[in-house]
Amino acid sequence: MIVSIEKCMHCGACVGSCPQNAIYLNEVVPEFNEDCNKCGRCVRVCPAGALRMEGKR
Amino acid sequence: MSPDYDVIVVGAGPAGSMTAKHAAKKGARVLMIEKRQEIGASLRCAEGVNRKGLEKAGVEVDRRWVAAEIAGAKLVSPGGKVFRIDESQAGNEVGMVLERHLFDKALAADAARAGAEIWLKTAAVGVLKEGDRVIGVKAMREGEPVKLTAGCVVGADGFESQVARWAGIDTSLKTGDITTCYQYRMANLRTEPDYCEFILGSAAPGGYIWIFPKGDDTANVGIGVLASKLKKAGEVKRYLDAWIKKDERLSCGQPLEAVAGGVSVSPPVERSVMSGLMLVGDAARIIDPITGGGIANGLLSGKYAGEVLGDCAQANDYSEQALMPYDKRWRDSMENRLWRNWMAKEKFLTLSDQTLDGVIETLSTANVDKMSVHNILRAIKDRHPDLVKEFEDLI
Repeated sequence: MIVSIEKCMHCGACVGSCPQNAIYLNEVVPEFNEDCNKCGRCVRVCPAGALRMEGKR
Repeated sequence: MSPDYDVIVVGAGPAGSMTAKHAAKKGARVLMIEKRQEIGASLRCAEGVNRKGLEKAGVEVDRRWVAAEIAGAKLVSPGGKVFRIDESQAGNEVGMVLERHLFDKALAADAARAGAEIWLKTAAVGVLKEGDRVIGVKAMREGEPVKLTAGCVVGADGFESQVARWAGIDTSLKTGDITTCYQYRMANLRTEPDYCEFILGSAAPGGYIWIFPKGDDTANVGIGVLASKLKKAGEVKRYLDAWIKKDERLSCGQPLEAVAGGVSVSPPVERSVMSGLMLVGDAARIIDPITGGGIANGLLSGKYAGEVLGDCAQANDYSEQALMPYDKRWRDSMENRLWRNWMAKEKFLTLSDQTLDGVIETLSTANVDKMSVHNILRAIKDRHPDLVKEFEDLI
């Protein structure tokens, strides 16, 4: 998962929406662990459009 | 060996602070940890609350954290029909819009005065378990890993609800039960300074646009859209920006702050306790699924949790059975209402703009003198019984 530091609002919407509980929001940007199965829910949920899947624009 | 603390509360929002305060007041040794450097910031909230919700939780109003007193609410349909509920005419207690950065600090200060310890810049990263029992948290304190043991850990970590899931309680949501939000605090607006406005329909699919006054010509102008209605990344902000551009009362304004967040609009959790663990506030998914409001329910759940934890500390028993009175108390107080409003949400998100116009138009002649979801649903039951027949027994 690719995170835009410029767009991220540090709100945690991705964290609470992740069915795998695979995202951790540190003080800077969300971090994804190996449980991420690339379902893409966080990309849709992110209010700021700060996330995108690797290989996609 | 006795644990480091009787109670460790993860998250210093309203629900966490209320839990910490009430547990400490009854003599429990309480630590509340907050991952951010400041309690109450940064914000992710529209800040509306009714006075009754504060009263029920025993929170006395302090003018220092009230941004605006509200005379009533306006529900606006897609075609511009308005249903106005004026509370001041009926002499009712009014609602208010808070300054959350001051409100949250005031509640945390009360927890401190009751004897709770507070650590900032301390983020929980996991829970410690012994068999099926939670016995503490793993945290990073200013970047250093720490392990802390507790009789009971309280998940007050908001929408993220990670403490619950680390411990083994499934609080994950389906996309139809998640609302994605974006909000500006704006100035130089031409909106009404004492009315909360809710704009319904396809401008905010499955949710609504809100204008909550913050004093003078300022307001929180925000949007919530149901995640299942979103197709592309970043759509929520674009929906809001598009509305602001076309609403003349808003397009003259400028933003002072932008915030975002996720809100659960789900039925309440099946499990809010397990041995050594309690969930409060947004982490327990007890946000009102139709309004998205979580402050009042969060405060009340925190109060109940703290009181029960005080008893548990005195008995030195944090088993699931000992914590269950908390689960029972919040369910008795709000579970029916949460289910009813969830069913109402499921129904209303199926309505077309045209139907919403019709509903708001007929409601506008209804005599509703108190702003509450229940009163609005009662008026709908009266005029459009077909819309609420699946859950009419709850109205």
